[in-house]
Amino acid sequence: MLRFATTRLISLTLSLLAASIVIFAVIEVIPGDPASFMLGLNAEPDTVAALRDQLGLGGSVVTRYLNWVGGMLTGDFGTSYTYRVPVTELILARVWVSLPLAIFALILSTAIAFPVGLIAASYRGKVADLGIMSVTQLGIAVPNFWFAMILVLIFAIKIRWFSAGGFPGWDQGVFVAMKSLTLPAIALALPQASILARIMRSSVLDTLDQDYIRTARAKGLTRSQSITRHALRNAMIPVLTIIGMQFSFLMAGAIIIENVFFLPGLGRLIFQGITQRDLVVVESVVMLLVFAVITVTFVVDIAYAAVDPRLRKRG
Amino acid sequence: MTLLRVDDLCLSIGSLPILKSLRFQIEAGQVFGVVGESGSGKSMTALALMGLQPGGSVVSGVADLKDRETRNLLALPEDAMCQIRGAEIGMIFQEPMTALNPVQTIGAQVAETLIIHGRATKSQAMVIAREKLNRVGLPAKEFPLDRYPHELSGGQRQRVCIALAIALRPKLLIADEPTTALDVTTQAQILDLLKSLVAEEGMALMLITHDLAVVSGIADQVAVMQHGEIVEAGATADVFREMRHPYTRQLFEASSHVPKRTQRAQDEPLLEVLNATRTYVLPRTGLFSRPPPFKAVNDVSFTLNKGENLGLVGESGCGKSTLTRAILGLEALQAGEIRLFGQKVTPFMPNALRSGVQVVFQDPYGSFNPRWKVARLVAEPFHLRDHVPPEWRTEVADALISVGMQASDMDKYIHEFSGGQRQRIAIARALILRPDLIVLDEAVSALDVSIRAQILDLLADLSDRFDLSYLFISHDLSVVRAIADRVLVMKAGEIVETGRTEDVFANPRHPYTRQLIAATPKLIVGKAG
Repeated sequence: MLRFATTRLISLTLSLLAASIVIFAVIEVIPGDPASFMLGLNAEPDTVAALRDQLGLGGSVVTRYLNWVGGMLTGDFGTSYTYRVPVTELILARVWVSLPLAIFALILSTAIAFPVGLIAASYRGKVADLGIMSVTQLGIAVPNFWFAMILVLIFAIKIRWFSAGGFPGWDQGVFVAMKSLTLPAIALALPQASILARIMRSSVLDTLDQDYIRTARAKGLTRSQSITRHALRNAMIPVLTIIGMQFSFLMAGAIIIENVFFLPGLGRLIFQGITQRDLVVVESVVMLLVFAVITVTFVVDIAYAAVDPRLRKRG
Repeated sequence: MTLLRVDDLCLSIGSLPILKSLRFQIEAGQVFGVVGESGSGKSMTALALMGLQPGGSVVSGVADLKDRETRNLLALPEDAMCQIRGAEIGMIFQEPMTALNPVQTIGAQVAETLIIHGRATKSQAMVIAREKLNRVGLPAKEFPLDRYPHELSGGQRQRVCIALAIALRPKLLIADEPTTALDVTTQAQILDLLKSLVAEEGMALMLITHDLAVVSGIADQVAVMQHGEIVEAGATADVFREMRHPYTRQLFEASSHVPKRTQRAQDEPLLEVLNATRTYVLPRTGLFSRPPPFKAVNDVSFTLNKGENLGLVGESGCGKSTLTRAILGLEALQAGEIRLFGQKVTPFMPNALRSGVQVVFQDPYGSFNPRWKVARLVAEPFHLRDHVPPEWRTEVADALISVGMQASDMDKYIHEFSGGQRQRIAIARALILRPDLIVLDEAVSALDVSIRAQILDLLADLSDRFDLSYLFISHDLSVVRAIADRVLVMKAGEIVETGRTEDVFANPRHPYTRQLIAATPKLIVGKAG
């Protein structure tokens, strides 16, 4: 198990290194010089050059790359060209919205999908199964921003349980903050839950066809005992994969939902960064997201090994 | 004392009758053998008794299990059946590799039988699980309770399955083809274990198998099944001596069938294997240590002459399949050389050379693309030629006819055929390029005895007609004995014995060959009951 974790950790580090090189290279080659963008079309070349130096855009490619990576390792992501504040500050403020939102949505999606998928599998071909399958089909087909708008119409405008958007900040208390994240989290979670429930259903059904379920039944287990005691854990592997992918998506892909609910999250930050050629912000946030995705993959890998003893021996 | 009395057991799925009015009795402490070919209803009988028949099937009749009281298993509700399964009747299945939950320890799986029936607390159950594993020959030192199934071999896993089936000392153990997926030596050990359990625990055993020899060595009573009916039943010795029903005779003849062949072996080498060595790299043991090599085929040399049938015998894992892949030029050797018609075999050998050797694999279900029609499947080897002949459909038709199929089968899909028919199509595919050598890798192992006899006849006939040579690879000694001129015995990557088939079987010199021959079940007939 320790060896498994170590080898995964090494591959995680290598992936991060490769990602940082790719991100840096892409930012290098895309057209649009932030200095001339900031100074406008009529700027003097001397002024542009001076600003480039000031922004740390001078020097060789290697030096700039090393400065960037070295900075990130010490928590210094540079200074935003447009906001003129340290990128670290910008990111920290947003992470405290995006990360809780992603975790909230993931917990909701898992909490919905597990029982729903299990019920569908247990009542395969019956009314409950067919009903669940049609509803989840709808859940996948309908875009989440439409859900978001419907939720706002019902819960914010009609019954006024929640506010229609905005984020009051954590200093207003956990309850108030979480309340403002609830509708966005539901909007994000419903399509994800639909996907996860279907995966859960087919994965459980696959395991129910396995020989060891027949062995369990021959031991005297009832059908539902054989599902909870034997099928469930074996069915977790594909489900874990999807959960990992969903978390990564929820971290970075919440941009539309953030816009619908006016949430100051990472998605909006990166969108603004791109439109304003704020390359320092873009590369830092992308790197951070890559880090999050790779870390989640690492956690999922470890979870695989915890679920399946056959994987523990592999390097 | 009669333990189980079955009367008028019928099972149908939709309008299709699967079991037709079965009647038999199982005596306490005796072995009741059920023999028959696949599809005869043997397994369905067992599943119906357990109440585990597939959904949608309709069961009727009586199956009285006599205990303190008499209960009709076929009329009990599901929750009462759950009480009986595992406690009164245990069951083990054919495929030990997949019969255990891969993410639970063997200890937990044996203990579960006790826990689920509320007969022990978790810690008591673990103690009993330990005793049961010891009982089935898995001692604590090598097989602690926290082992996982993937750490055990097929035979060891079958022992775990037996342990969990007998954990509550059931009155009846149903064993559905318990040794079919195992090697002969392992099969002999498992059969010995089952025999001793019957003798020592006073348990009755219902042994389902397609292998007459297995039944003849162990069963007190036997029932022969065909098309969902019991065609003959009685004391084993009587049934095998008298063989009143033609189907019993047919089964018996098929299982010891020797096809007629003309000896055509010439002194001209077709395939030469010279000091072949195939090494695999095992996973690293440490992060920076060099991965240890594993010699799957170690310094193997032999020659196959033109017109000769060469048998290669050995148990699973001995390197037979690795050697086959090297001979087919699918994998490179690490040392030594393989020559076909005097030319060197490598993964990069020319197509012309490759078309001289064709192969038939074991699994008639997995070795065809289900979305292709038979014509395209059989014609596929033509891609080894520069041009597909314009009259290729005629050639496919000829090949199909020569294996006993019809030209019109060309336009069907493979799922329309039975296992035996599929294997004929596989042989047609191997024949289409008129090769000199066909490698038969366990080609009849998945077939029923009577189908197997037909395929062996077909192979013998084809080799005479088309001047073919065979490399016949099998774990089944009786099959190799029936068809091979010469035999090679392989163990742990090495050839341990080689010689003319009759000589090797009559006078095995290597201890391993002797062990293999001794472990092969023999059909006992004619002994008075």
